[in-house]
Amino acid sequence: MKNLLKIKSLVKSVPFLVYQEFNNEICLVVSKNTLLFVLNFLKLHIGLQYKLLSCISGVDFLTKNYRFSVVYDLLSLTYNSRLRLKVFVNEIQSLPSSIKIFINSNWWEREIWDLYGIYFDQHPDLRRILTDYGFEGHPLRKDFPLSGYIEVRYDDNKKRIVVEPLELTQESRSFTFESPWL
Amino acid sequence: MIFKKKELNKELKNFTINFGPQHPAAHGVLRLILELDGEVVERADPHIGLLHRGTEKLIEHKTYLQALPYFDRLDYVSMMAQEHTYSLAVEKLANIKVPRRAQIIRVLFAEITRILNHLLAVGCHAMDVGAMTPFLWAFEEREKLMEFYERVSGARMHSAYIRPGGVSLDLPLGFLDDVYLFIDQFNYRLDEIEEMLTNSRIWKERLIDIGIVSSKKAVDWGFSGVMLRGSGITWDLRKNQPYEIYSEIDFSIPVGNNGDCYDRYLIRVEEMRQSLKIIKECLNLINKGPIKSYNYKFNSPSRNEIKNSMESIIHHFKFFTEGYILPFNETYTATEAPKGEFGIYLIANNTEKPYRCKIKAPGFGHLQALNEMSKGHMIADVVTIIGTQDIVFGEVDR
Repeated sequence: MKNLLKIKSLVKSVPFLVYQEFNNEICLVVSKNTLLFVLNFLKLHIGLQYKLLSCISGVDFLTKNYRFSVVYDLLSLTYNSRLRLKVFVNEIQSLPSSIKIFINSNWWEREIWDLYGIYFDQHPDLRRILTDYGFEGHPLRKDFPLSGYIEVRYDDNKKRIVVEPLELTQESRSFTFESPWL
Repeated sequence: MIFKKKELNKELKNFTINFGPQHPAAHGVLRLILELDGEVVERADPHIGLLHRGTEKLIEHKTYLQALPYFDRLDYVSMMAQEHTYSLAVEKLANIKVPRRAQIIRVLFAEITRILNHLLAVGCHAMDVGAMTPFLWAFEEREKLMEFYERVSGARMHSAYIRPGGVSLDLPLGFLDDVYLFIDQFNYRLDEIEEMLTNSRIWKERLIDIGIVSSKKAVDWGFSGVMLRGSGITWDLRKNQPYEIYSEIDFSIPVGNNGDCYDRYLIRVEEMRQSLKIIKECLNLINKGPIKSYNYKFNSPSRNEIKNSMESIIHHFKFFTEGYILPFNETYTATEAPKGEFGIYLIANNTEKPYRCKIKAPGFGHLQALNEMSKGHMIADVVTIIGTQDIVFGEVDR
């Protein structure tokens, strides 16, 4: 507990925009210009030592001005503490790749590029990772339909796999009701 | 005909081969592009995503409860461990307290799951390296454990048993007795498996000094679980950031010295023994009491109530179709799944569906280090390294 207070005060010495706390989890919003500096600072500062990058995740807030947020989850083994770092970007902005600071951000950034279409500057190998070879679009964006646009099947006459535009006999439905309960 | 000396000196090019996606040692659908210099691996480029099902996207379109079964299908050899993480994340957002009996049942099953996973990990690893027998023995034991799954939930694998607020059903009569019988004999089964492997010359030759990861590298690559402990870092979320009742339970964390495949094998075996210890302690600790939270917003009424009250049947219907609303909040919750740190980054936005559910799978982080771990090793060692990383594609590809 004493550690946590110390870390909270130390963390506030970085150039952040907003300080948030959710269920005792520390979360900093930083600007994209200071991102790499902050990551490096958190990693190397002797009183913090956030040396392990757990994961990077993307989030799409469709209606916001800065549409995407990229979230870095850091873990300090020495002080047994987690920290979340958020950066907001819009559709045409790119982010600096953090690969020089955390080597394992390689695949996480590839994943975000694949699923959200956020470009990472100076990433050595920014290919798609989870979707198919030759896939188009970024499926985790909120404006990408759940059913997708194409379907793939084996054509018995052509003796090969064919890709066709999606045809559904029934439209995929989403049951959202206003809850009368709350 | 005159040869020029220049033309006679042929340039040697590295050989590039395709490993998988259909290969028994690829543990599913891993496609590796291996660049070889003779038999030595120069570069390994894993192509993943062949089992990508868009779990995260699907979860965004389901209610909190309907999203739960997807977690069984991520890492399909440690099902309940992932349900557990998700349930903990939802409970954190909804601020629900879980009754003690449910917590103990959860820990009991988390440890059963750990044994389930490590049996497959060790068994399949042994088979990849060439020892067939431990695999068969391990699967016999796995079958018994999956019977436990079946007895509480009705399903052998995809149980959807641990749910936000508790567990779905109470333990059947005589269940704990049978768990006791199991742990009593399982120690001997472990001894048998160890007898085949631990001192076997072939097994040691294939594993020792293969895929060495230094402790600094392990942290740099963001490793977790056995991969991190194999490199000599004492880090276990059950001890360091305890959840449920782990803080009350006495168990130890095995840690490796050399960070090679053999150390990680020994750790897995020891973790199974420690899991047995935890299960035994759970059997002693377990008490009578409710298995779901008292908060009826997050809890379906019992069968008995449904039969007797109209309100209950309405609540039951609404609970499973419409779900419950979680206020604006977010969390990153991680637990010690058998393969490592399994994390859920969950964002709630005051609706009955998660706005975003990012799944941090340990295997994803481990697999990207494959290139570095296998560099300079022989092609057969790549199989050993994939085995030691304990890759399952359900969670890597999501």
